[in-house]
Amino acid sequence: MTSALELRQVSKLYGAGPTEVHALRAVDLSVERGELVAVMGPSGSGKSTLLTIAGTLEDATSGTVLVDGVDVASLSASGRARLRRRSIGYVFQDYNLLPGLTAIENVALPLELDGVRGRAARATGLTALEALDVADHAERYPDELSGGERQRVAIARATVGERGLLLADEPTGALDSVNGESVMRLLRTAAHRGVAGVVVTHEAQLASWADRVVFLRDGHIVDQTVAPPGPESLLVASERT
Amino acid sequence: MSVPHALLALLGEGPKYGLRLQNEFEARTGEVWPLNVGQVYTTLQRLERDGLVETDTVGAERSQKRYRITDAGTRELDAWLRTPPELVPPPRDELVIKVLVALQVPDADVPEILQVHRRHVVEVMQRYTRIKADAAEDDVALALVADAELFRLEAIVRWLDAADVRLKHLPATAPTPEADVPFEPARPMEVSQ
Repeated sequence: MTSALELRQVSKLYGAGPTEVHALRAVDLSVERGELVAVMGPSGSGKSTLLTIAGTLEDATSGTVLVDGVDVASLSASGRARLRRRSIGYVFQDYNLLPGLTAIENVALPLELDGVRGRAARATGLTALEALDVADHAERYPDELSGGERQRVAIARATVGERGLLLADEPTGALDSVNGESVMRLLRTAAHRGVAGVVVTHEAQLASWADRVVFLRDGHIVDQTVAPPGPESLLVASERT
Repeated sequence: MSVPHALLALLGEGPKYGLRLQNEFEARTGEVWPLNVGQVYTTLQRLERDGLVETDTVGAERSQKRYRITDAGTRELDAWLRTPPELVPPPRDELVIKVLVALQVPDADVPEILQVHRRHVVEVMQRYTRIKADAAEDDVALALVADAELFRLEAIVRWLDAADVRLKHLPATAPTPEADVPFEPARPMEVSQ
């Protein structure tokens, strides 16, 4: 089966000579649909670079990036833009909603840019807002929404339509821990509905919502979690104590 | 976890039978702390001996006894709720000792050792998070129990992260020659609450 995202030996180099920085070094990573992967590491470990390269917002210096089996390097600029609109959703720390558009207009926008007619785009957008429980705020502008509601709208925009890859960079930003947890719960649900999700975070509690946690250090993937046993194993452990 | 006080709290709502106390205890602690019925009755016997609960005289069989909290029991519960738990950690944390020892072992890859522990802790955190993920979002008791463990475990990860940063800033030094000096791990620190 083709992975929704596959990085093969991806490296990224910034600068040259004495100012040269290896942001990523020979990274291999595959993410399947239905799986939420967290990339965890300290600041400067290459997390955000990994996400921008996976999202085709930036080119790798070497290595191969495949989105739904398509080698990104083989695409023209317009082909890449189309891939970004159709296949990839982004969730950012500061939501990045357009302030002059309502929630539903923000969510429908990527579909309209891709040629979907206004009414159909709106209907699909509303379905995405409903899935995130913010459909009753559809006509509100971003500044009329709370932080948690804005992030729900942003996730709706990232998952609207047929997107198969969801990329999130520190998506809980300045939210408190309970609201942050809601965001992670939504990302997990979206992934388990059949999207491949990648979340970048430096917080272990947020990363623990993922099915798999990948640890990044100095541009290398140094380790990853193995599929955890079910929560029932905790009951056995607590019985012993 | 204080089982006696948890039972007193449940009895504070009204008289109850032992079996019901067991079921309610498990439900209210998000079923993370299983409690067998033997433990319930042993605890109730002790509480009765100390005058903190009393039983209805009706019903001859022990399993049919109905328990109620006494005034002394209510006072004890109130005092316990307000007593701060022991916050001073045990003087020798095993993980801290392992890392300190690793620093002394020639050729030990300390960042890799830190990562082994980090991965293990995150895997345990994933299991607690699964409990929350599988439960209803409004199951407050379960969320509180899981949160308590998750915050405790997250603190360990943050300690490991801080250790990583401190070691990065450490100048590279050769192992000390005086290898015959017995290793003394952390000296117990005097911490007053």
